[in-house]
Amino acid sequence: MGATHSASEEVRELEGKTGFSSDQIEQLHRRFKQLSGDQPTIRKENFNNVPDLELNPIRSKIVRAFFDNRNLRKGPSGLADEINFEDFLTIMSYFRPIDTTLGEEQVELSRKEKLRFLFHMYDSDSDGRITLEEYRNVVEELLSGNPHIEKESARSIADGAMMEAASVCVGQMEPDQVYEGITFEDFLKIWQGIDIETKMHVRFLNMETIALCH
Amino acid sequence: MLRTTLLLLCLPLAGAGATEEPTQESGSLGEPPPGLALFRWQWHEVEAPYLVALWILVASLAKIVFHLSRKVTSLVPESCLLILLGLVLGGIVLAVAKKAEYQLEPGTFFLFLLPPIVLDSGYFMPSRLFFDNLGAILTYAVVGTLWNAFTTGVALWGLQQAGLVASRVQAGLLDFLLFGSLISAVDPVAVLAVFEEVHVNETLFIIVFGESLLNDAVTVVLYKVCNSFVEMGSANVQATDYMKGVASLFVVSLGGAAVGLVFAFLLALTTRFTKRVRIIEPLLVFLLAYAAYLTAEMASLSAILAVTMCGLGCKKYVEANISHKSRTAVKYTMKTLASCAETVIFMLLGISAVDSSKWAWDSGLVLGTLFFILFFRALGVVLQTWVLNQFRLVPLDKIDQVVMSYGGLRGAVAFALVILLDRTKVPAKDYFVATTIVVVFFTVIVQGLTIKPLVKWLKVKRSEHHKPTLNQELHEHTFDHILAAVEDVVGHHGYHYWRDRWEQFDKKYLSQLLMRRSAYRIRDQIWDVYYRLNIRDAISFVDQGGHVLSSTGLTLPSMPSRNSMAETSVTNLLRESGSGACLDLQVIDTVRSGRDREDAVMHHLLCGGLYKPRRRYKASCGRHFISEDAQERQDKEVFQQNMKRRLESFKSTKHNICFTKNKPRTRKAGHKKKDGMANAEATLEKPRDLGFQDTAAVILTVESEEEEESDSSETEKEDDEGIIFVARATSEVLQEGKISGSFEVCPSPRIIPPSPTCAEKELPWKSGQGDLAVYVSSETTKIVPVDMQTGWNQSISSLESLASPPCTQAPTLTCLPPHPLGIEEPQVPLDLSADPRSSFAFPPSLAKAGRSRSESSADLPQQQELQPLMGHKDHTHLSPGTANSHWCIQFNRGGRL
Repeated sequence: MGATHSASEEVRELEGKTGFSSDQIEQLHRRFKQLSGDQPTIRKENFNNVPDLELNPIRSKIVRAFFDNRNLRKGPSGLADEINFEDFLTIMSYFRPIDTTLGEEQVELSRKEKLRFLFHMYDSDSDGRITLEEYRNVVEELLSGNPHIEKESARSIADGAMMEAASVCVGQMEPDQVYEGITFEDFLKIWQGIDIETKMHVRFLNMETIALCH
Repeated sequence: MLRTTLLLLCLPLAGAGATEEPTQESGSLGEPPPGLALFRWQWHEVEAPYLVALWILVASLAKIVFHLSRKVTSLVPESCLLILLGLVLGGIVLAVAKKAEYQLEPGTFFLFLLPPIVLDSGYFMPSRLFFDNLGAILTYAVVGTLWNAFTTGVALWGLQQAGLVASRVQAGLLDFLLFGSLISAVDPVAVLAVFEEVHVNETLFIIVFGESLLNDAVTVVLYKVCNSFVEMGSANVQATDYMKGVASLFVVSLGGAAVGLVFAFLLALTTRFTKRVRIIEPLLVFLLAYAAYLTAEMASLSAILAVTMCGLGCKKYVEANISHKSRTAVKYTMKTLASCAETVIFMLLGISAVDSSKWAWDSGLVLGTLFFILFFRALGVVLQTWVLNQFRLVPLDKIDQVVMSYGGLRGAVAFALVILLDRTKVPAKDYFVATTIVVVFFTVIVQGLTIKPLVKWLKVKRSEHHKPTLNQELHEHTFDHILAAVEDVVGHHGYHYWRDRWEQFDKKYLSQLLMRRSAYRIRDQIWDVYYRLNIRDAISFVDQGGHVLSSTGLTLPSMPSRNSMAETSVTNLLRESGSGACLDLQVIDTVRSGRDREDAVMHHLLCGGLYKPRRRYKASCGRHFISEDAQERQDKEVFQQNMKRRLESFKSTKHNICFTKNKPRTRKAGHKKKDGMANAEATLEKPRDLGFQDTAAVILTVESEEEEESDSSETEKEDDEGIIFVARATSEVLQEGKISGSFEVCPSPRIIPPSPTCAEKELPWKSGQGDLAVYVSSETTKIVPVDMQTGWNQSISSLESLASPPCTQAPTLTCLPPHPLGIEEPQVPLDLSADPRSSFAFPPSLAKAGRSRSESSADLPQQQELQPLMGHKDHTHLSPGTANSHWCIQFNRGGRL
């Protein structure tokens, strides 16, 4: 953070909000400035500068998630045009390792948060449901890395997954019942029994490790 | 006369003997003429292999006996039982022969018994999990083993200095270090045997197990270095030797891994070219893996590491290359061999322990060793975990550490190594042998027995073994990408980044080099899971279909044929899946006629199974998706339909892939077909053409309704390329078209004129087309409709069962379904097709699939799948006029081509 005297206070505030340590915040801020080109906010175009992101098949979805108001906890839907550092940290905090010492409830909460992030990525129209169309979309993008798999295959995979989800969440369906999409509750059901703790997190650097790296 | 027959009888016997031992030849030469030898006892010639077989048999029988009682095996690990059995057997042998025989020989152990176990564990190692935890595994394997070896050795030496070990144990510091090095390594066989039954969570399992595999390199090095130091005598050891010892650690471990990877590469590359000789695929896997083991052993590198890396490295490519059947064969053979070897090892361990001539007891040494290995193992684990937890994102908690310390089982490797010691150089060998036996027995029996209750008592997180679901796989992939992306954004190149990188590299170069092109094209994990799930569903479904059929108690005369049909269909499905996965045309080509027939059979069954009898359908769904108790609601339309759609769309996509693969290779395929014709298999060629023409018809009707012009143009192109084929098809079409024109009465164009190729007319896509109402075929499957109807709709069933038998009497008439039926039936399929469209909108893929597959003519599923499509179509326009117009259009199209 800058050299202003309020900086430390600001950092402390961010620490409380996002759970990052001040070292990590400082490191992330450096990266943030690098991404934004010393601007106070990041726009979508800034992500084009990340070269390694190019190869990511679901790149657009991920970038979009950074600007999703639901993830930024700013509203039920819509996209932000630009995000400031605090928003950036908010997004990043989704990827913090779950602190298992906090107790059952807290773990469950942060698990839910992480899943919500994923859910929002699937649910692109923010209606609280992953419809078949949205699911297909994601699968197509996931498979877009392999040019030999046709869109049709992606579709039927999505269809199959949807059917599976339907059978997991609803069980037996009435003859005229239509499964409209995966709601967040259903989504949690699908994830039941899978250790997300070991999956959705990234190592955030502390200052010491950075010193080692550079 | 009698003499000659006797002589003939003797010959095979003598021959059998001769194959075992060449000495037989000389023996028979010296003997009087063989005619007199009515019966000869040749125990010595067959002794060795006979004994081996006998021991394995005894071990297997013992296993069967153990597993007769669920209670015993749930409480006591098998390895314990086997060791105890070995003790008993050894005692018997000792009592009878007055000397201990059949012991665990180090040579046998290292060359024959160990490799299968290690290969099995390496090949089936969850590689993702393994590499995710590689850091921890390596730490425990290298640092942990070194720590254990040195501390145990030094502590024992200290014990001796303190006078707690009897003075008759003549050993110096180096001897104790040597002993420490061989006793400190956690044994993969023992760990696997015990932990497989305990079901701890997978992270814990992979750490303990990975450690036990990788620490072999360290053990081998330590053992060799210490052994040579002991042989040199401590006075002659110089500083450079220590340096060499350290260097050899790297040479042995990295060298072993390199040998393994080289062989993995070779293996993957070889299996790329086995397309025409599928039968040797499993053999190749075993041979090359074994070659890796022996090569590493020869170069005195770590053989265990070599074979582990070989299995780990080749699996992905080999699995993609070899056929489905070979995969099954590899899996079962590997498991059989490993389990066999494991059984024998534990049994022989028990037997070896009986031989008191080999060991000498010293309480101080034994108790001291036991205490030290437990204590230092625990201490080492705690220290290392503390360090590791500074870096691990998911720390290992206290309970994990307890299990890890307690799970440090020693086994046959230590025993074999201690037997290998040279008594002249290591005077205390007998004491070491005794101690090792006690340690092994203690860890395997006591710790093995108590680890299960301990795990339960500590409430260690167990692994929940659930089947992989498509959703899970998709989400995990998404996760991987998200994490890689976040690491990119954060600008820190962590683990996810490098894995991402590796996957890119693998995709770009390695897979391209090592995978058969057809396999490479469709290679995708998500797709794999999807494919596997579908195959599983389909198999269980067909299985169940057969089962339900036979259990309905139908007493129609053709009942037996139905049952056998169900079986052949399953095999067919397997084969199909194999060829589907590898997209191997050969499988189809080699068994042409048989396959066609099976196709017909399969089709009938699928017709019956897939689209009609709901009850069966339900049952199979229930197995995978719905909890067992939910079966009461058997008549859930939507779900059923979903399943149906899923199978359909699965089929279609499968062939989509065929299509993508075939596109660039059309020429080649054409050649193949030419070959086929050259073989003058005209009769077989014809039905193919018919099948082809079939698809053409579908293409058109569907095209009129929908969709995606670009794709259709592609298929057109493709059709153009397969010219030879098309030309024949059109002529056939012409012929048939005319005939169908003459039989105006028929509601469908698919009339079958009695022609020389009539034998093929039972092919379902021919006859089935006509009598859509019942989906009945002309010959074998007359029951299908009846049976289906019972499941389908009770009221209609009576009508149908009455109506369908006539069809069977005159095959040519099958295309003329009774009109009332034709009218009654359509509602159902229409409903079926209409409903899911609104909710799921599956069908579009079907149409395209149909088109895309027009090329692969010998392809059965295509027809199977088109069948319902055609069915729906024709139901909607049941009048002969429209049907004929379809026909004409199709015909025209064929002409244009």
